[in-house]
Amino acid sequence: MTSNSIFNALADIVSSAKRYPLVGMLGWADIKQRYRRSRLGAFWLTVSMGVMIASIGLVFGQIFNTPMQEYLPFLALGIVLWGFISSNVTEGCVAFTSAEAIIKQLNIPLFVHVLRCFWRNFIVLGHNIVIIPIVFLIVGKPLTLTMLLFVPGIILLSINLLWISLVLGVLSTRFRDITQIIVNATQVVFYLTPIMWAPSLLPSRHAAYLLNLNPIYHLLEITRGPVLGTTPAAESWIFSIAMAVIGWLVAIVIYNRYMRRIPYWL
Amino acid sequence: MENCMASIDFNNVTAEFPIYNANGRSLKKRLIQVATGGKLSADERGHVVVRALEDINFSFKDGDRVGLLGHNGAGKSTLLRLLSGVFVPTSGVARIEGDIGSLIDISLGIDPEATGRENIYYRAALLGISKSEIERRFDEIVEFSELGDFIDMPTRTYSSGMHLRLAFSVSTIISPEILLMDEWLSVGDANFQHKAEARMTDILNSTKILVVATHSRELVLNTCNRVIWLEHGKIKMDGDPASVATAYFGM
Repeated sequence: MTSNSIFNALADIVSSAKRYPLVGMLGWADIKQRYRRSRLGAFWLTVSMGVMIASIGLVFGQIFNTPMQEYLPFLALGIVLWGFISSNVTEGCVAFTSAEAIIKQLNIPLFVHVLRCFWRNFIVLGHNIVIIPIVFLIVGKPLTLTMLLFVPGIILLSINLLWISLVLGVLSTRFRDITQIIVNATQVVFYLTPIMWAPSLLPSRHAAYLLNLNPIYHLLEITRGPVLGTTPAAESWIFSIAMAVIGWLVAIVIYNRYMRRIPYWL
Repeated sequence: MENCMASIDFNNVTAEFPIYNANGRSLKKRLIQVATGGKLSADERGHVVVRALEDINFSFKDGDRVGLLGHNGAGKSTLLRLLSGVFVPTSGVARIEGDIGSLIDISLGIDPEATGRENIYYRAALLGISKSEIERRFDEIVEFSELGDFIDMPTRTYSSGMHLRLAFSVSTIISPEILLMDEWLSVGDANFQHKAEARMTDILNSTKILVVATHSRELVLNTCNRVIWLEHGKIKMDGDPASVATAYFGM
């Protein structure tokens, strides 16, 4: 029982996955709790995101002098997906600390709390995604078969987000400053990543080189690209897959080592 | 299932909490003033550590009704958390066989904005009770809680008594082999208390091992057949209720 094999972490993850009814319920409960007694509910997020996309679109579309038919779908997808990524990462930091009461009272596998955080943000993504068809309709952008590649893309993105949340969750339970660092870092990454600006706007090769080292760029490429009708570059796929594999290996090692300390750190 | 024996074995179990946000020195100074509570010390890297439990040894078997006595901070709650599996000992071995149910903090997970109905599902999911099981016993729970039509109202509209009745009714549908409690549950008005008492007795009779932390002499004498007195994270006395109670409470 106290053996320190790598299977402890795996066992926790597997039994967490088996508690999916609990994960589903807690995730929905989080959403309901935030928006109870409001008529639009979680669609308030969609409304505010829609307003943001419209205003950034109008201003920066002019500044960059890009046709709206191209810019608006690009921007809308970027912002919706970025919202999913950034909220997963920042809320992942507090996945364990916000569940302190449960963790200290009930023996529930801990990865449940990471899954809950992911599922909650996935539901929010589900609400926000309705912006996309509306934008496509407004600017009259055609649908393509390439869009089907969005499905493997979002799965791969999710696999990556899960290990990132897990690692950040463990580390920021021990070092509470990490949450603040991550919140700040995500703001910086937002500007460094082609969300508001298109990669084609980069002037030099050096800048493009930097872009290729940005993991968020590749994760966006494999999800945003297909919906915009472009097949993602093979290197974006390879980068994302490699990141998932290596990331999960690192995450399991860290989790296995510190999983049992989490209740003590809370 | 029925033939399975439940058992708990603690072998030199120690639980130490790192205190990261405290200044080591000032805490050390305060150490002298601390009358009760676990031992404070510094580990090899200079972190302040609270040793909530130190070298705890015992084994419980079927039929044991164990009372935990001790002042606030003596380590009762930590011990209950080790028993529930929430904490894994910092050193030593805690072997627990049998499924564990807890009646500690029965209101945990109750969302005041959600309806009583929703909260029954939340609470049940947290306790690991399947949805089909809860659906099958839903009417029974509602009837027991005596909430009537209030079951579809947000729980923030409930009185504190109604709140507890709801929490009690869901939390007590379990029948674990090992039951953990922090004080005896006593809820509602005289009429409900009577019902609650009967249900508690039912659970107690079907459970194989009971561990209850308490400050009550009556509970120890009436319910337990073994009592452990914790002080400063160590077992000060372990024996039959009458003699431990006499030593702890005085004559």
